[in-house]
Amino acid sequence: MKPIVPRKYEPVRIGFYICHCGTNIAGMVDVEAVAKYVATLPNVAVSRNYKYMCSDPGQELIQQDIRENRLNRVVVAACSPLLHERTFRKAIEAGGLNPYYFQMVNIREHDAWVHTDRGEATRKAMALARAAIQRVPHHKPLEVKKVAIHPNVLIVGGGIGGIHAALTLANAGKMVYLVEKEPTIGGHMAKFDKTFPTLDCAMCVLSPKMAAVGSHPNIHLWTYSEVAKVDGYVGNFKVTVRRKPRYILEDLCTGCQECVNACVYKEPKFLDEFNLGLGKRKPVFLPFPQAVPPVTMIDPEVCLNFKRGKNPDGSHVVSDKCKKTCVEACGDRKAIDFKQTQEIKEITVGTIIMATGFQIFDAKRVPYYGYGVYPNVYNALEIERLINASGPTEGELVLRNGQVPKKVAIVHCVGSRDENTNRWCSRVCCLYSLKLAHLIQEHTDAEVYNFYIDMRTPGKSMEEFYNRVAEEGMHLIRGRVADVYPDPNDGTTGRLVVQAEDTLTNKILKIPVDMVVLSVGLEPHPEAESLRRMFNLSCSSEGWFLERHPKLAPVNTFTDGIFLAGCCQGPKDIPDTVAQAGAAAAEAFSLIDKGHIEQEPNTAYILDDCSGCKSCIPLCPYTAISFAEDTKKAIINEALCKGCGTCVASCPSGSIVQNLFEDEEIFSEIDGMLATMPGE
Amino acid sequence: MTPENQPSLPSAAWKPRIVAFFCNWCTYTAADLAGVSRMKHAANLRVIRLMCSGRVDPQFIVDALAKGADAVLIGGCHPNDCHYAEGNYKCLRRYQMLQRLLADMGIEPERLRLEWISAAEGEKVKRVVNEMVETVTKLGPLGLPQKFAQWDEEMEHFAEHVAAGEAAADGGCTEHGTKTQPLETAHA
Amino acid sequence: MPKPKVAFYWCASCGGCEETVVDLAEDILGVVEAVDIVFWPCAMDFKKADVEAMPDQSIVATLLNGAIRTTEQEEMARLLRRKSQVLIAYGACAHLGGIPGLANQFPREQILRYVYEESPTTINESRQRPQLKFAENGREVALPELHNVVRSLDQVVDVDYYVPGCPPTPKLTKAAVTALLENRLPPKGSVIAPDVALCDECPRKATKPADIAFTQFKRPHQVLMDPEKCFLAQGVVCLGPGTRSGCEAACTVGGMPCTGCFGPTSRVRDQGLKMLSSLCANVAPKEEADINQVLAGIPDPVGTFYRYGLAKSLLRRKVNLPAE
Repeated sequence: MKPIVPRKYEPVRIGFYICHCGTNIAGMVDVEAVAKYVATLPNVAVSRNYKYMCSDPGQELIQQDIRENRLNRVVVAACSPLLHERTFRKAIEAGGLNPYYFQMVNIREHDAWVHTDRGEATRKAMALARAAIQRVPHHKPLEVKKVAIHPNVLIVGGGIGGIHAALTLANAGKMVYLVEKEPTIGGHMAKFDKTFPTLDCAMCVLSPKMAAVGSHPNIHLWTYSEVAKVDGYVGNFKVTVRRKPRYILEDLCTGCQECVNACVYKEPKFLDEFNLGLGKRKPVFLPFPQAVPPVTMIDPEVCLNFKRGKNPDGSHVVSDKCKKTCVEACGDRKAIDFKQTQEIKEITVGTIIMATGFQIFDAKRVPYYGYGVYPNVYNALEIERLINASGPTEGELVLRNGQVPKKVAIVHCVGSRDENTNRWCSRVCCLYSLKLAHLIQEHTDAEVYNFYIDMRTPGKSMEEFYNRVAEEGMHLIRGRVADVYPDPNDGTTGRLVVQAEDTLTNKILKIPVDMVVLSVGLEPHPEAESLRRMFNLSCSSEGWFLERHPKLAPVNTFTDGIFLAGCCQGPKDIPDTVAQAGAAAAEAFSLIDKGHIEQEPNTAYILDDCSGCKSCIPLCPYTAISFAEDTKKAIINEALCKGCGTCVASCPSGSIVQNLFEDEEIFSEIDGMLATMPGE
Repeated sequence: MTPENQPSLPSAAWKPRIVAFFCNWCTYTAADLAGVSRMKHAANLRVIRLMCSGRVDPQFIVDALAKGADAVLIGGCHPNDCHYAEGNYKCLRRYQMLQRLLADMGIEPERLRLEWISAAEGEKVKRVVNEMVETVTKLGPLGLPQKFAQWDEEMEHFAEHVAAGEAAADGGCTEHGTKTQPLETAHA
Repeated sequence: MPKPKVAFYWCASCGGCEETVVDLAEDILGVVEAVDIVFWPCAMDFKKADVEAMPDQSIVATLLNGAIRTTEQEEMARLLRRKSQVLIAYGACAHLGGIPGLANQFPREQILRYVYEESPTTINESRQRPQLKFAENGREVALPELHNVVRSLDQVVDVDYYVPGCPPTPKLTKAAVTALLENRLPPKGSVIAPDVALCDECPRKATKPADIAFTQFKRPHQVLMDPEKCFLAQGVVCLGPGTRSGCEAACTVGGMPCTGCFGPTSRVRDQGLKMLSSLCANVAPKEEADINQVLAGIPDPVGTFYRYGLAKSLLRRKVNLPAE
């Protein structure tokens, strides 16, 4: 849409306002001097300074001036436009002026807060103000871009976060696609035994929700599926989902598991993923007893009916070498299909919630703790599976050699608060370590030693939980474990010595134990990097998905329409994950309910003087530019244009214009900020 | 450079002026973060906000230098992190050639700097600004507007002579060899 | 009714613009009949004194070609400006500085030394240089001096119109002169050529792909060029996308890529930088080293991007040249 250019001879009348921001700005910048200087510049009709421009009276001041002083441009020198540009644009619009006849000058974050010389800070403010004063006459009266929002929602990740968000939205009547990589939803929570601080059983809490997801008419549950491609933009995302073949037809399988019983492998032989390799399964298996959907799957890498190795496209070839007793057992249901191939689904959604969770720290990266070397060193998740009644040992806490441990050490901060591995605190480990200590004592009467750096138990009822379990007789030693090594006094049972300094007594301790539990930290999901590229999200330096603002927008991202829930944004416990999932659902719902989103009108358009040189077309990552065969010129689809301006900078004949960032506007800014300031 | 051509020694008051083009999503946000964190740094930078480093037209950079900037800083998102997918790569490619062109035109390479600064790197903004100010202070002012004026003095000087010459009866300026002589020399 | 007076003058030029007037062929008779040529050093015997004697603004139009390099050229430009109603910068040199403008990469002294002493075909052991003044037989003769800086015409005097090209085409010249005589000139300051880039009229346009990504740049002598395919599609640098049309694509039709002589469109401030921006953005690699390898295919950026326009570029001249 070409903007309407103001009448040729309409004189420009600028209102300039410089904010004190209390003493935030006025403490370093001589705001009155700046206002006085700007009053001398051409086209400035009004130049004022005021304590708090963003306040109601501040905004009213502008509105009054627009009416009484016939202003047709406004410049405000204050904080960052990222904070208040919208505020002032709205104020100006309410005052009767097009909101894009406005320019904001950043003299707080970029000036008053970072400089120490009053003279320099003031001169810089003058230069920046002048740049804006010279720019703003070129502004055009633009209209905000309205984009319709499709009511369907995509939720990536089926852990407790994704499940909660899905149910919230589905219950409100929205159509939800819940895409989960694993063959079942449930995430990490499904692996836990009991959860702190209430010590209620994780699956008891989780499985009703999982079942609700599985049966909800508004939820398309696509497990064993991955997002392959994301195109489009907020309100109109075109997502390609790849449903991987489990060689069982989901619609026909009843979950009876006759196939598993009948499998030619009489005993389970292959490492069970859900139980972290501590148990075994057959080639055909149900991921875990409460799996949703309750559908088995076949592992083509080990099933005799498949040839070994994959085709280039990732598919497996049927060898037909097996008796297929499973098919026989399935009988009339005919739910087994060895010829199943991957299915590509394309959906359109208006909003997306990322709930892809985390991975635990791989304790092999700290070799001095012996994980993967000494059989009696475990990570915390493995213990959860061992003490879980539906785990590989049916809830018996036994070592690999079958013995019950009498002394257990729990090592905190493995892969957390560590310069050599991860610097952050993973938030949940102290609490789950205390929980495990309690449960281990309950299951085995073993003596438990907790080696910690600090005991961090924030949150509702958490401190009380700590006090409760601490009184049960576990040892709490404030000292980082330096080393874990085989007990030289007892080389046969696999006993280990845990060495640490008790910093409260200043003694080096060497404690022999039967079992070492490593409280591993939380890390970003291994596919976080590729995921975020696909969805065009930013990551923090640690690899967590980046929220738009840590305090004020913790579930929004910099990409409109995509929200975050749970640990993919940063380590947190289940209550906070659920709260955040609810928040993300609310944000999505808010957009859907409004029906449209307003986008900054900083799109580019091509002038008639385009020569059709096609230099711009390959530059656009959103394929917004195409070549029109009828006019033999390039043309930009405004709905797809995101306003980056790359094509504008490239066009060798200057035939592309970017609204809000036109060449003339930028050149004027450059000119203004390099003019000689008073005192230079 | 001969002594006569040395730009007038910077007065004690001269301080480098650096124009910066920062992309909205990463570098501008990082500069804001530096502000919120009160990371004090040199006051010589003047930032122009663009949506993407891909919008940085080489004309802007050179215009800034021609209008009196002593150096230009471009800030964009790290490779692979561009909010608009690949705008920063286009910026990089243009920057590589522009550096060569500017060097051929006699401008020191330290006067144009491209930095990838992510939204979380407020510290890097501070460091880069301070470094650049130090470097450019040592190089001295680029002073292109003054240079252009200096170059054009040869015309002012001549224009005066011409004006004087035209006032004379026989016209022309002997000093600059344009006085017409009554010679019978044929034109080429 | 007296015929309108017209003048032609040449400054730092090659003579090609004069050739264009000759290339008007039969049409030149029409021109000669319609106007009264009062000054044309190339073809007629009028003298400077004749011009000085004319009343101010008595020449309807002067077509001045060539860049301004010497004091004589500057003086003549100023003189003709005074004496003319309309001053037209004719040809790339007057418009943009032209190829002489490339001298702005070098100090004047270096050029004089090369030309008079160091060039391979010069024998000048005593290192004689022309003198600005020379006295002989009781008379003193003088030569114009080279300025330090090469300039376009509008960097010296106020210019009314520009006829671009190196040289302008006969068709364009005829159109400009006709418009002048019929009083149909566009707004003052216009370049008398379409404000669209060359690709618009280039017959090779259809062969340019919409997904161009340069993995190599080749120079015309390095590759056997396809006679019909877009040069950029063949990896050969062509400045067509950044250059005004109006020349009927003479070079590309003739088998050579455009080198930019018509200058930029009105929406561009520096033709060289815009072409740099466009070509480089379309380079394929993402790693610095690989990018540089592709860009090494353009060994002389100044010569490539500013072949005609260095004097009018934003920097005008190499900035660290010594004063003389």
